[in-house]
Amino acid sequence: MFKPLPDSRAPDVRVIVDGREIMVSADLSVAAAVLAYAGGVTRTTPISGTPRAPYCLMGVCFDCLMEIDGVQNRQACLVPVREGMRIERQSGKRTVSP
Amino acid sequence: MPHSRAATSTDSADAIVVGGGLVGSAVAYGLARRGLNVIVLDEGDVAYRASRGNFGLIWVQSKGCGAPEYQGWTRLSSDDWSGFASELKSETGVDCGHERPGGVQICLTEEELEIRRAMMEQLRRESAERAFDYQMLDRAELKSLVPAVGPQAVGASYTAYDGHANPLYLLRALHAAITQRGGRYVPNARVIDVRPAGTGFAVTAGGHHYRAAKLVLACGLGNKDLAPRIGLNVPVMPVRGQIIVTERLKPLLAIPNITVRQTVEGSIMIGESREEAGFDDATSAEVIKRLADRAVRMFPLLKDVSAVRTWAALRVMSPDGLPIYEQSPDYPDAFVCTCHSGVTLAAAHALHYAGYVADGRLPERLQRFSSARFDVQAAA
Repeated sequence: MFKPLPDSRAPDVRVIVDGREIMVSADLSVAAAVLAYAGGVTRTTPISGTPRAPYCLMGVCFDCLMEIDGVQNRQACLVPVREGMRIERQSGKRTVSP
Repeated sequence: MPHSRAATSTDSADAIVVGGGLVGSAVAYGLARRGLNVIVLDEGDVAYRASRGNFGLIWVQSKGCGAPEYQGWTRLSSDDWSGFASELKSETGVDCGHERPGGVQICLTEEELEIRRAMMEQLRRESAERAFDYQMLDRAELKSLVPAVGPQAVGASYTAYDGHANPLYLLRALHAAITQRGGRYVPNARVIDVRPAGTGFAVTAGGHHYRAAKLVLACGLGNKDLAPRIGLNVPVMPVRGQIIVTERLKPLLAIPNITVRQTVEGSIMIGESREEAGFDDATSAEVIKRLADRAVRMFPLLKDVSAVRTWAALRVMSPDGLPIYEQSPDYPDAFVCTCHSGVTLAAAHALHYAGYVADGRLPERLQRFSSARFDVQAAA
């Protein structure tokens, strides 16, 4: 369903999604990379635990929340991928511990 | 029956409530549950709508210093709230998220703590019909009750009477309950005329005419203009409050603090600012920054939490901060009901105030809330 644009020539970078290493184009957002290469599910909802995927891809819907490099609840559509980045699915509400 | 805007006929009811926010809806629900046929006239999206911007506390421990009647009335409502929430849930299926885990007011300096202690002691001394009990918590006691507090929190006051609810679900539950009891909620119905007519009142709103034997003004800041037309005086002013809401977090604060609480859905709400800004309901970076700074000093782990939205709303404030409850001396079937604590007092308004309106007489206990208290004689 998702295809890179024909003029995309960005080199690949290595990211780790839920512990699995994948190679993705360096010009993608995390949300786009997860859609294209990692099954599309970014989070489960805080109340019912339903799986969700990126929806608006422009910072509005908050459906693409993920844990990126240890920070939970980040909007994956607003974060460009980077070599070595660790990406985890956001499971329900964010945890903040005293 | 669908409501036709083009109708030229007049709709009649036992009572008209002007204002469909938390105050008007609570009174209207109270009237409907006593069997009165009610019509609620609500202005629409252009209204200031404090009920859609408020903080959601059901709060006792900071109210009524020097005004024991207000302390008692607030406490009555807080004591009635659990039953009220259960009743709304069984009538409508809507859960208002009411919890009463008690509440704290956290102090960041010894000086704040001393002022707080004096205030709580005054409330205890002045309490009448229901004894007021409180505890002052030192740092260690506060830390064991609210583990998320940081090193700058020196202590807190605590009472078991405080709690919170989701004000938007409360409003939705009240509207549903009114409708289910045969009442009518009419949106986009700004009142342009209200006047005594025969043995009752005539109201024009949203291009339509209404008549009823009883009238309750409960339209917040709008009361000021409408009240004189039926012999009442309601000198309310807007006082702006600003609020920050964060992303949803796993449970962190089991007990609400007056300025920082966690909702049942997980967001942290940070509030409590007071400004006289006329009818300007915009936020300002300066106040939001101060709110965030104080919240982080209380709970340092909020430092890395994202705010998702800020907003401001206008409190409906009387000159002394107390509600105004009054029956028109000229037209005794007209009443006014206004306050700045629409969530806290919702139970009292539905379960008690509406009964007084239905019976046609405000009791002695509410005399203290008459606007006559603002009539100061000019000095000679």
